[in-house]
Amino acid sequence: MALPNKVLGELKAVKDPEVEEREVDILIVGGGMAATGAAFEAKKWMSEGQTVLMVDKASLERSGAVAQGLSAINTYIGENAIEDYVRMVRNDLMGIVREDLIYDLGNHIDDSVHLFEEWGLPMWKLSEDGKNMDGKKGLKMGTLKSGATPVRTGKWQIMINGESYKRIVAEAAKLAIGDENILERVFIVEVLLEANKENQIAGAVGFSVRENKVYIIKCKTMLVACGGAVNIYQPRSVGEGMGRAWYPVWNAGSTYTMCMKVGAELTMMENRFTPARFKDGYGPVGAWFLLFKAKALNGLGEAFAFSDAAKAELEKYAPYGTAAVTPTCLRNHLMLVEMKEGRGPIIMDTVTALADLAAKLDKKELKHLESEAWEDFLDMTCGQANLWCAQNCEPEKKNSEIMPTEPYLLGSHSGCCGLWVSGPDLDWVPDAYKIKAANGKVYNRMTTVDGLFSSGDGVGGSGHKFSSGSHAEGRMAMKAMVRFARDNADFAPALSMSKEEIVDLVYKPVRTYLEHCAYTTAVDINPNYLKPEGMAFRLMKATHEYGAGTATFYQTSSKNLEIVMDLLQVMREDCEKLAAGDLHELMRCWEIFHRIWTVESHLRHIQFRKETRYPGFYYQSDYPGQDDANWFCFTNSKYDPKAAKWEMMKRDYIKIIPD
Amino acid sequence: MPSFVIDEKCDGCKGGDKTACMYICPNDLMVLDPNAMKAYNQEPNQCWECFSCVKICPTQAIEVRGYSDFVPLGSSVMPMLGTEDVMWTCKFRNGLIKRFKFPIRTTPEGAANAYPDLKGKDLDSEVLSTEEADGYTLKTPQTV
Repeated sequence: MALPNKVLGELKAVKDPEVEEREVDILIVGGGMAATGAAFEAKKWMSEGQTVLMVDKASLERSGAVAQGLSAINTYIGENAIEDYVRMVRNDLMGIVREDLIYDLGNHIDDSVHLFEEWGLPMWKLSEDGKNMDGKKGLKMGTLKSGATPVRTGKWQIMINGESYKRIVAEAAKLAIGDENILERVFIVEVLLEANKENQIAGAVGFSVRENKVYIIKCKTMLVACGGAVNIYQPRSVGEGMGRAWYPVWNAGSTYTMCMKVGAELTMMENRFTPARFKDGYGPVGAWFLLFKAKALNGLGEAFAFSDAAKAELEKYAPYGTAAVTPTCLRNHLMLVEMKEGRGPIIMDTVTALADLAAKLDKKELKHLESEAWEDFLDMTCGQANLWCAQNCEPEKKNSEIMPTEPYLLGSHSGCCGLWVSGPDLDWVPDAYKIKAANGKVYNRMTTVDGLFSSGDGVGGSGHKFSSGSHAEGRMAMKAMVRFARDNADFAPALSMSKEEIVDLVYKPVRTYLEHCAYTTAVDINPNYLKPEGMAFRLMKATHEYGAGTATFYQTSSKNLEIVMDLLQVMREDCEKLAAGDLHELMRCWEIFHRIWTVESHLRHIQFRKETRYPGFYYQSDYPGQDDANWFCFTNSKYDPKAAKWEMMKRDYIKIIPD
Repeated sequence: MPSFVIDEKCDGCKGGDKTACMYICPNDLMVLDPNAMKAYNQEPNQCWECFSCVKICPTQAIEVRGYSDFVPLGSSVMPMLGTEDVMWTCKFRNGLIKRFKFPIRTTPEGAANAYPDLKGKDLDSEVLSTEEADGYTLKTPQTV
């Protein structure tokens, strides 16, 4: 956010923007995997006369978490039982998950993966003699749908050549929904409730980052799928490297904030993800552990994760810690134990792993293996490849450090925070997991606000969807949304705010800026307002120091939480004085506003859950360890927009799939 | 690893209806200075190094320089995006060069089958459109 000491943005903001009003039946907010899945599915179910619109903050071709590409699809059910998928997710997330949502998703993920392959995404295949073939050579083996064998690096993951993954998926979405039904570079910043009907969504408002224009869009039903939250904690790199977030740096918690502000119930917002990755470059480690069988060593050269001490530590967290696959948070925990006891740093032993493999392979195969190792980075974290180049690091000759990152909030990877949504209306789904709309009907993936749906990172209690699951979930939500629009065909949405009030809300930072900017000689420092960059650093400092950031090895306490809640309250007050001199800065103002609300909900949940459910992700030092007697349940929260008050509550966990 | 634009090579995409890098950047970082008719990265510390601008630039004017806070100078990673493959040239600080070629797509651009004519039949079921067309039956879990 390093804007120089003058208005550098080429797109100056003006006090009175143009206003464009629209009305559609179905609105998709977001442009990533979930939203493109929704776009693909929409017209398959819509009837004549129904309308749909998709609004993306960026450009569909390269927006969302898959913008850069991916080297693997982390969830493909294939030959496995869906029950085992649920068991895996449940164990990784320490027991408390929405098994209905996970099983339901498991029913549909493969269909999306098969579509990706049909659209042109290259998938690795196993040859008849069991050799890995890349996505081009593997074509002759046929498609996964026709029974070809994918290359698995774990039970659930399949390898792809995924540089253009998002471009391919976006292309299908665009063709399906039609270019005329997509708005790019429009940032939706608030969703609005219906004026006359309790707890019903009625529309969304936002602005163009390309021209001075405010959008007011009315709808009968809406999908909010704008990813998770990044740059909410001070990152380990605070200079230029701040942008090298593990998750997409543009994910601002918009999904959670916009939905919570209209009263949608959230679940498990205390859950977070602090992935262990190659230090600084944040390149993926999965292929190194799973494909190349590399081991992590402590500073003494010991493979600490296989020690008796590690085994004893994991036993404290049985049955999760003692399961065949150690949960992600506990793998971090073991690493942190080493670091805290002075046995750091943690090193990925790439040299030994590649030497072991070299002994078994011929020269050509070895060359192929080297290429696979580099592709893993180049497909999804190009910067890590450059870091190795800059460090003269050839993995067969030099080991690399790994390190847990700053915290991220998400619902699709190895994390499960998000919205509390309805499961499908199927017999085996417990009633407590079905949310009834005002008409008494159940709509899959609908939040507790009528007509408001989510998917991907937005849906809580059901991690490990990844790219394929997010796409499938977007499709599932869309089908339910079309049904909602059909069942509410007579509903004519009326917004709870006037056009003038909306423009004033959306453009407030611009108006604040223009009113006061002439007062000082340097526009960035002014006692009447705050630029978003300053607020971003304030948020990250507070969470870093008090909210279980890297500064304290992810530890917080009741007193620390009390302090950070006070700081957040003041931040929210100061957000009233955010200032934007150009459209890019206006986007940053709204993003930091979204981040602050999301972080507040994260910390409220940590405060409420009086145990440490996810050691390795965070520690509540007043309540170490797990307390199943009191906390083997979902923790939910609801913000009441009328009373401006939060309510925290427990919801029962229901076991559906046997051990 | 913020992107940078080589002055000599950037022509501001003149003649085109949009500036390629500005069109593609997922974080709205690349902008065109309309006076100089050159693009630049307006907020380098928010660059995710996704290489979208590098890959799309029609004049190969954009490259990346590693983040100053932890990447030593002297290396470079450059993609050449084709229709079927991407070619990467990875140059080490010590001069070592590695080249890799990976497939990116198995169908012609624009040919993704969006099933434009497929119409779902039963809106009240829980199967997706292409699943319904395939006659897919939902599995039911073996419950507790």
